[in-house]
Amino acid sequence: MAGRVRAVLGRLLQAVPVVIGVVVVSFLLTRALPGDPAVYFAGPAADAASIEEVRVALGLDRPLVVQFFLYVGDLVQGDLGRSISTGQPVAYDLANRLPASLELTLAALALSCSVAIPLGVLAATRPGSWIDHLCRVLVTAGVSMPTFFTGIVLIYVFYYLAGIAPAPLGRLDFLYLEPPHVTGFYLIDAALAGDWETWRGALAQLVLPATTLALFTMAPIARMTRAAMLSALSADFVRTARAAGLGPRKVLYGYALRNALLPVVTTLGMVFSFTLGANVLVEKVFAWPGIGSYAVEALIVSDYAAVQGFVLAMALLFVALNLAIDLAYTAIDPRIGFGAR
Amino acid sequence: MTATDPSAPDPSAPGPRAPDPSAPSGQSTAAHIAHVLRENPVTLIAFAMFALLVLAALFGPALAPHDPLASDAARALQPPSWQNWFGTDNLGRDVFSRVLVATRLDLAISVAAVALSFAVGSVLGAAAGYWGGWLDAVLSRFLDTIMAFPLFVLAMGIVAALGNTIENIVYATAIINLPFYARLVRAEVNIRRDAGFAQAAKLAGNSDLRVLAFHIFPNALPPMMVQVSLNLGWAILNAAGLSFIGLGVRPPTAEWGIMVAEGANFIVSGEWWLAVFPGAALMLAVFTFNLLGDGLRDIVDPRKRT
Repeated sequence: MAGRVRAVLGRLLQAVPVVIGVVVVSFLLTRALPGDPAVYFAGPAADAASIEEVRVALGLDRPLVVQFFLYVGDLVQGDLGRSISTGQPVAYDLANRLPASLELTLAALALSCSVAIPLGVLAATRPGSWIDHLCRVLVTAGVSMPTFFTGIVLIYVFYYLAGIAPAPLGRLDFLYLEPPHVTGFYLIDAALAGDWETWRGALAQLVLPATTLALFTMAPIARMTRAAMLSALSADFVRTARAAGLGPRKVLYGYALRNALLPVVTTLGMVFSFTLGANVLVEKVFAWPGIGSYAVEALIVSDYAAVQGFVLAMALLFVALNLAIDLAYTAIDPRIGFGAR
Repeated sequence: MTATDPSAPDPSAPGPRAPDPSAPSGQSTAAHIAHVLRENPVTLIAFAMFALLVLAALFGPALAPHDPLASDAARALQPPSWQNWFGTDNLGRDVFSRVLVATRLDLAISVAAVALSFAVGSVLGAAAGYWGGWLDAVLSRFLDTIMAFPLFVLAMGIVAALGNTIENIVYATAIINLPFYARLVRAEVNIRRDAGFAQAAKLAGNSDLRVLAFHIFPNALPPMMVQVSLNLGWAILNAAGLSFIGLGVRPPTAEWGIMVAEGANFIVSGEWWLAVFPGAALMLAVFTFNLLGDGLRDIVDPRKRT
């Protein structure tokens, strides 16, 4: 048990240099603004004196190293600067919009795991069958489909042609009132308030964007599940389990799948990276008011503080997710250790 | 099967991959490629589609039936017809011509980005893999930091910081692809730096740089080619995604991502051809490169077949 604790602590320590690296890169990105940031922040009507004033106020007249520590000091206090398009602090804007993005991402990942993992298992247990071919087609098509294009096709088919999906305009139709804010997840908030009509409305809006993202993430998960299951099923311990007379279900799920899950969880970490990027595109297509569409709007009006805050927030989120995944290994596989051999 | 094929080096051999010490290596490689292509016709199709894409990129502007930028308000939003195969957009421009002409720009962006990350990644990865030490440690930390970002998001941040131009799209795409090449080369070089042939080359009086560049590095090229092919598809997706959210390419330039973005506004009113054709072209290109990558992997390394 002490070894486990040490392994977890060691993994936590490994995240520190990565976080430092992420902060350094974010800092360099904010300082690499085209032209002089002071001129930019002073606004178009500024003269030389007011530009100089802004330069001093922002600390841009000091050496880069000092600027870096000022930047880190601001970060520690949760200050990401102020957005010029909304007039709010960037951290406040991001926190406000994060639940929308998380709700979409988590729904999509849950959907894609619940389809891709069984599909991969079935394809591995019946190689060469129609389900194996279906798996292969899905995997190849999935990685070739631009997410924004999938979303548009789904809108055309289910909104315009079939008329079953609601208009792709955000998280909730204007017919419904926002549920009282508890977690920011509309599905959870509406359920907590017992407002099932709003819950259904929110779900209807969520289905298409979540499916779009899920179709994109399904491919790597299904591919990895299939490969990992194939190698687990041909392993000696499965042969031993079969020879010992265990039932096929026990062998398949208790032995093979449990061992195959490790590489699948590793793939999930990579999938997260793609999902967070694809989120931006899907949010734009469906006018989803998450942090991705916030960043896109900020990009269009050159609101750099907002964009850089978004990049940093996404990177930190991703580091945290990877950390959570690595720690989840210890739960799935007790053999794993993070220390050097 | 081998007997029916005149290109096979030795019809009596038990298999096309049979070791034949007397045959020159080039010939057996050709036989192996012929075998893989015959076994997997999908790869052949991928090569054909790739040729089609290259032709469209080279001759697209000459072949386009209409001027991709010429608008005609009288013929706006026409559905596909004999006159306009893919219909016309909201300004009356011919969608087919625009899709065809855009091939060159989309391929150019992704090829330039992949070439850049190939070159820089090779140099950095080879140096780190060969000399190791602090060079390796610094490079590895740097690559880890890049990989710690969600890559598309990092590309957005880079373009936002460097400025909203096509060149910066290329640089951003190159930077987010860099870790894949550098890590691959580093690993391939590292396992061979003390190999017998490398030591022999060294003893024969070659400098470190020469051994690295002409004796060790070429061994990394086959897996690199697979990576290039898989990455090209990804690079196209990335560049199109960036221009979809309004970065890099400016209207009225014909580019697949921006055309899908413009067409997206008309999808809810049923004018599907604006977005679907450029989107399909994009998908076809990515699909081609992915198939090609899988096919190349079969040719380069038969053990890794899926």
